[in-house]
Amino acid sequence: MSFITYLLNGISLGSVYSIIALGYTMVYGIAKMLNFAHGDVIMIGGYIIFTFMSTLGLNPFLAVLIAIILCTLLGITVERIAYKPLRRAPSLAVLITAIGVSYLLQNLALLIFGAEAKSFTSVIPLKPISLAGGKLIISGETLITIPTCILIMTVLNIFIKKSKTGRAMIAVSEDKDAAVLMGINVNKTIAITFAIGSALAAIASTLMFSTYTNLSSTSGAMPGIKAFVAAVFGGIGSIPGAMIGGILLGIIEILSRAYISTQLGDAIVFLVLIIVLLVKPTGILGKKIQEKV
Amino acid sequence: MKTQIKKLKAQALKLNKTTRSNVITIGALVIAYLICMSMIRGGNMSNLLQNLLVAMCYYSIMAVSLNLTVGILGQLSLGHAGFMCIGAFTGAFFSKIMVDTMDNVILRFTLAILLGAAMAGLFGVIIGVVVLRLRGDYLAIVTLAFGEIIKNVLNVLYIGFDSRGIHFSMKDTASLNLDEGGMVVIKGAQGISGTPRNATFTIGVILLIITYLIIVNLVNSRSGRAIMAIRDNHIAAESIGINITKYKILAFSISAALAGVAGVLYSHNIATVQSTKFGYNTSILVLVFVVLGGMGNLRGSIIAAIVLTVLPEYLRFMRDYRMLIYAIVLIVMMIFNWAPACINWRKNHSFKDVFWNIINKFKKVKEEA
Repeated sequence: MSFITYLLNGISLGSVYSIIALGYTMVYGIAKMLNFAHGDVIMIGGYIIFTFMSTLGLNPFLAVLIAIILCTLLGITVERIAYKPLRRAPSLAVLITAIGVSYLLQNLALLIFGAEAKSFTSVIPLKPISLAGGKLIISGETLITIPTCILIMTVLNIFIKKSKTGRAMIAVSEDKDAAVLMGINVNKTIAITFAIGSALAAIASTLMFSTYTNLSSTSGAMPGIKAFVAAVFGGIGSIPGAMIGGILLGIIEILSRAYISTQLGDAIVFLVLIIVLLVKPTGILGKKIQEKV
Repeated sequence: MKTQIKKLKAQALKLNKTTRSNVITIGALVIAYLICMSMIRGGNMSNLLQNLLVAMCYYSIMAVSLNLTVGILGQLSLGHAGFMCIGAFTGAFFSKIMVDTMDNVILRFTLAILLGAAMAGLFGVIIGVVVLRLRGDYLAIVTLAFGEIIKNVLNVLYIGFDSRGIHFSMKDTASLNLDEGGMVVIKGAQGISGTPRNATFTIGVILLIITYLIIVNLVNSRSGRAIMAIRDNHIAAESIGINITKYKILAFSISAALAGVAGVLYSHNIATVQSTKFGYNTSILVLVFVVLGGMGNLRGSIIAAIVLTVLPEYLRFMRDYRMLIYAIVLIVMMIFNWAPACINWRKNHSFKDVFWNIINKFKKVKEEA
């Protein structure tokens, strides 16, 4: 029974990773940049919910809604100020800028909310259900997280395949210059991508901090990096890939924490990344891109 | 006297550009060293600054060595602190078990440095073989992954030794099964404590100069030109017959070995090494030195490392904002250096142009008068 509990926890954590990974994978596919600050948007989202819910005593759902709006604005602002001027710059410069933004958000949070870790109150009102005579207990967070992830994935997939904006995103990700010639506003499309990614980050932060309640200025960085690992794992640029990668990674992490070593969980996740990149650099569902001279 | 000066000047001009630049850098370092030493002798230097002297050296070595990977090889490494960690642990381990058997401090410390560098270099080769097949963002994230793996593994590693030899464990001290009288050297999260504090400012400066010379010589050699060709265009470099993998691994492992030297210096300065000190944040800190000093500019790296190590101690009142300012500096520097709009603006508003514009205006005013 304990194995099934671990597995469920793994899928639940993996669902959070896949929602975060969506933000990475979309931005990477469209703007061709690794948005290092994505993980820190999650942390900021957590602080916003915490402030509105625990400090100001607002309704949890309202707090989550405010967090989604503010995170979206944050994502657009960061893109506008830090990344847009560097659109045609070498990728090394963009990457270092993204690291700078990540550092900036972390230290802003540290200054505003203090170094002391906050304890997040779960937003999810569901009670845990127990199966098999109390041997298998499924928490309310798990019950909410997994369907939410599936819902987001489906809606996003339909949005990208069917809507005009979604198709514009595909066009920009395939060829920016050709997309301009087709009358697509590339800057606007990239901004929308950042907005969607950041809104998803806010949702992910709700789910993640409801399960793992420790909230500090660095608590977004590690999940962010792991979600990137998940995105690479599934094949960067692919939405179903992000989901598969995220869930696999969550299961691997929880099981290795449970059966191998608690402290080496992170190390094992990174080892998986390295092995995946060596065996299949494009990930499970990724497409190979030929480099032209 | 005057003719002598003229002769010296002529000689100085005869030196080629790189040699002159080296002479300037090393000369400046030696002069700074002499000033510091005389200040210590005269008792004019605060304790605060004295404690920072060795830190300046190892951060400078870190910055110069990372610059080899980032600025000269053109690959972003986010796990440089991992190599420093390996060097620190290897050096401290060696010194700790040899402290009773080897009395000669200089010999012991030299061996510790060589061993630390060799171990870090070895890991550099191993990781380089794996990592350097990837490019760009993937490479950055994998180096980060390796840095974290090194940190996490050393955080749970226990090594002790007794009459039967060396024992390893990943669990706790008890599972080492040591004899009575056995010694636990690496104690998991507590790391290694009680390393002899052999690192002095003099040794630090000597190591910094050696590091600098190694990298400058590499850059100005045939290999260095190959490495820079790979940075500028790896496809073109490959098509003229440069062995990309070989040169990438060469640069990466030398960079790692030198980071190992910095690690040994670190562990013999502070006496306690814990792997958590070498996380992602340290790697980013060193990256800030490199970016601020100018990617590919070794002298700049040293200056940035020294300034950014000393400055926070004097700006204690804004200590909380230090990291915030680093972050802003990083972003602004990148946009200023690389954004096409900024590059154009700088072209139109370079200091030289502005200067000559002003001069010309004055001339015009004079002519009209």
